[in-house]
Amino acid sequence: MNISVLGPGCKNCHTLKDHTQKALQALGRTEQVESITDPVKIAGHGVMRTPALMVNGQVVSMGRVLAPQSIVEILKQHAD
Amino acid sequence: MQNTKARNTSHDPFPWALTLTGLTVWTLLYRSLLPFWDQVIYGVLHQSENTPLGRGVHFFFYDTSKILLLLTGMIFTVSVIRSFFTIEKTRLVLGGKRQGTGNLLAALLGVLTPFCSCSAVPVFIGFVSSGIPLGVTLSFLIASPMVNEVAVVMLYGMFGMNTALLYVLMGLTLAMLAGWVLGKMRLERHIEGFVLQAQLGKLLEEEKPSWKERYELAASETGSMVIKILPYLLIGIGLGAALHGWVPADLIVRYAGNESFSSVLMAVLIGVPLYSNAAGILPLIEVLYHKGLPMGTLLSFMMAVVALSLPELVLLRRVLKPPLLFAFVLVVTGGILITGLIFNALL
Repeated sequence: MNISVLGPGCKNCHTLKDHTQKALQALGRTEQVESITDPVKIAGHGVMRTPALMVNGQVVSMGRVLAPQSIVEILKQHAD
Repeated sequence: MQNTKARNTSHDPFPWALTLTGLTVWTLLYRSLLPFWDQVIYGVLHQSENTPLGRGVHFFFYDTSKILLLLTGMIFTVSVIRSFFTIEKTRLVLGGKRQGTGNLLAALLGVLTPFCSCSAVPVFIGFVSSGIPLGVTLSFLIASPMVNEVAVVMLYGMFGMNTALLYVLMGLTLAMLAGWVLGKMRLERHIEGFVLQAQLGKLLEEEKPSWKERYELAASETGSMVIKILPYLLIGIGLGAALHGWVPADLIVRYAGNESFSSVLMAVLIGVPLYSNAAGILPLIEVLYHKGLPMGTLLSFMMAVVALSLPELVLLRRVLKPPLLFAFVLVVTGGILITGLIFNALL
């Protein structure tokens, strides 16, 4: 899985990345979470609300700091 | 997320019982605040209403609890209202609008649309590349940080309803006019080229949240916001209380208390490079107010701090070339200056 957190680097973005890493741990997966901080690239993915979470190139959440459990559910759906 | 998928959206009754209970509890609490602190401070603690200490302590506890309660109610209500607005819908609404009505609508939606200032650049690209006029986009970006519920509640709690309403009105007018003027200046060629060519990815279609989800989201929003604001509030009201009885009010009035153009200009020039939010700046405003500075000067200082900041300008430089950025700063600063002078004349 290719997982990225989109956001210019404010507190919410860091929290979301943190929660995503926790979710990955809970699932026993070893993927790294990529941070996309360039605002131009963020807009290029169609995101106007940060932080956003992207799994395999698909934006799954915008403008929300999801709880680790919610991310676990999302990741389960996208796991290959 | 996926639990929303299976939901039957046609059956989502409004939570009347919860809403009415909440409203009743809130009103009862609000009504009993003054008698409660009167009883505790003048009755149980035997402080006198006629000493500076008694008045100061009473002011601190009563005002803190009053503003906290107001903030909780207001942030919750605004969060629920905002759950009906998204930046994507706002973009659709503004899409067909021209200068003029577009600026008015953008300023209003800037207040209602949930928006984090760290997303300013993605929003700018998203708006401009989808054909929303530059001036309309800028009206949105100016209104959003300036007119917000925290500023309004704290102004109301500290200075009363008139000041709060006037601030909202002035903030909206400023955002509308500044965007309109900038739009008239035909500065589109000073937008960085890639913005207009930006290919927007497919926007995510989101499910409509249920009432339960709106309330839950609003509750968590309220909790985190109040915790964030609390330290500023305590410091601000603490200083206000200290000044309440002890500091001779007309000490500084003689020096900084004039309502002239130069004093407002000074306040704005100091305010622009500062970076803070309404909650951070209002305690300072309250202290300076008690020291006798005129309200118009103070409100334009506050507007300058929240509407323009160096970190924001550095971010906006990614999409705006220097001439446009310069015009933006100039028009907004000028607008704040005029607003401050009008405030001074009215208040």
